[in-house]
Amino acid sequence: MIQIEHLSKSFASPAARTHPSPETGQHALHDVSLTIEDGDIFGIIGSSGAGKSTLVRCINLLERPTSGHISVDGREITGYKGRQLLQLRASMGMIFQHFSLFQQRSVLRNVSFPLEIQRKPRRVCESRAIELLELVGIAEKEQAYPSQLSGGQQQRVAIARALANNPRVMLCDEATSALDTATTASILELLHSINAELGVTIIVITHSLAVTERICNRIAVLDKGRLVEQGATREVLRNPQSQATRELIAADRVAAFPAAACESAGKAGERAGKTADEAAGKDRGEAATEGTRGAAGTRSPGDTGLACKGADL
Amino acid sequence: MEALQTFFENYGALLARGTLDTLLMTSVSTLCAYILGIPLGILVTITAPQGLRPHPVCNTVLGWILNIGRSIPFIILLVALIPLTRFLVGTALGVAGAIVPLVFAAAPFVGRMVEQSLAEVDDGLVEAAQSFGASLWQIVYKVLLRESVPSLIRGASITFITLFGYSAMAGTVGAGGLGDIAIRYGYQRYQDDVMLAAVLLCIILVQIVQTIGDVSARKIDKRNR
Ligand SMILES: Nc1ncnc2c1ncn2[C@@H]1O[C@H](COP(=O)(O)OP(=O)(O)O)[C@@H](O)[C@H]1O
Ligand SMILES: [Mg+2]
Repeated sequence: MIQIEHLSKSFASPAARTHPSPETGQHALHDVSLTIEDGDIFGIIGSSGAGKSTLVRCINLLERPTSGHISVDGREITGYKGRQLLQLRASMGMIFQHFSLFQQRSVLRNVSFPLEIQRKPRRVCESRAIELLELVGIAEKEQAYPSQLSGGQQQRVAIARALANNPRVMLCDEATSALDTATTASILELLHSINAELGVTIIVITHSLAVTERICNRIAVLDKGRLVEQGATREVLRNPQSQATRELIAADRVAAFPAAACESAGKAGERAGKTADEAAGKDRGEAATEGTRGAAGTRSPGDTGLACKGADL
Repeated sequence: MEALQTFFENYGALLARGTLDTLLMTSVSTLCAYILGIPLGILVTITAPQGLRPHPVCNTVLGWILNIGRSIPFIILLVALIPLTRFLVGTALGVAGAIVPLVFAAAPFVGRMVEQSLAEVDDGLVEAAQSFGASLWQIVYKVLLRESVPSLIRGASITFITLFGYSAMAGTVGAGGLGDIAIRYGYQRYQDDVMLAAVLLCIILVQIVQTIGDVSARKIDKRNR
């Protein structure tokens, strides 16, 4: 269980570094409290810059909270330093938007990296890595290098690597945002089965409501560094209580159905296209458009259903 | 044809000796410059403001050392270091005498090259390693250095070739080698053929080293496959 209490984080702006004063600090997180239960697949949603990454990076102390407390399985971790800090991080797995695989290491040696860090004997590293590659379904690529793999395959390697130390918790920062719709669906499937079969608690950052709807049992909504809503995924999405959540849902709907928006109003189409690109990030514009096309073909504009359940699965 | 034969009979041994001396001076000083320069490059990288262990004082001082070291003209370093060279290797002459100033000239240069190579490593990889609980030295060794090996190899061939040029200058103060031969025979005795042969050998050696560097860096690099 991860308990976050009154967590705040502010970054010193470049100006604040030379002339420190409380006003120049940027509040990335403001008084966030939430609890993540064992076995949850916990979604964190919010628009870009809302503080999602900062929140998750505080959980393994890649980012130091400015104030507030985080406890993992009842142990307060915010003061951890040195060996204790490294052990805490090793006890959690993390995957990233752009996979962050070591380019000069083979797939096998990427997966065994966290074990090497723990100074496990080479043979143990290798056999465990092979086991994990089988688990994520790309055992045949063990000798390949990351640059030879597709995005989906790279994320599978990253997932295997994150699982190497048998973590109880896995942190996923926009793990599917660089992938196309079909690949996203298969990666989510994998995360879901890891949660179900290994009992790993998974924390998922995403800006895609389809992703949260598909795998998260609980979600929290962040807006400008504040926690504005949390609860069971279906409840929150069906009956949003905050303006920020309603806006996210509306933006998601516009992003998913630009064709419909186009029909209703000429200018709106342009706006919708822009939103889709913004939501997906510049370099992923293409993937977003592809996903949109698939979704628009199978569903009517009123439907808030999952993009992943569309024909592209 | 006959002229060429007599030329090699007269000067073959001299040129072979010069080539060996130059290669020896250059490789030993490149190696020593890396032994000093790699730690310098690592330290200046990790103590930088956005580095793994920011340390403004340490970083500034290292920056000065690297910049001042690189701004002293080699010919001046060569003369200024004579007492230190005598102390370290017993003589300021010959191949051994040339190595000390060559190392001092190259170490700050290598420090910057290493810093440059390490800076090319994606921050995301450092963050990934941190997220698995890697310690500072594990990150330096297993991520920063490991991921920049192709770039480090390219840097090493540049360093080698730069020192190759410097070693010719050291030749003028009695270090031996191809540069010494070119000057003594070509400039002082007007034997253009010997000078030309020495210069040709330099060109060939530099080409070989550059090619070995490029090919091995490309072979080792696992990106863009
Ligand atoms: N290292 C940093 N230095 C300064 N500001 C930062 C840093 N990291 C994040 N921020 C700021 O904190 C806010 C939240 O960022 P982030 O957590 O990355 O948002 P999200 O992941 O939701 O897009 C943003 O305003 C961002 O500019
Ligand atoms: Mg983010």
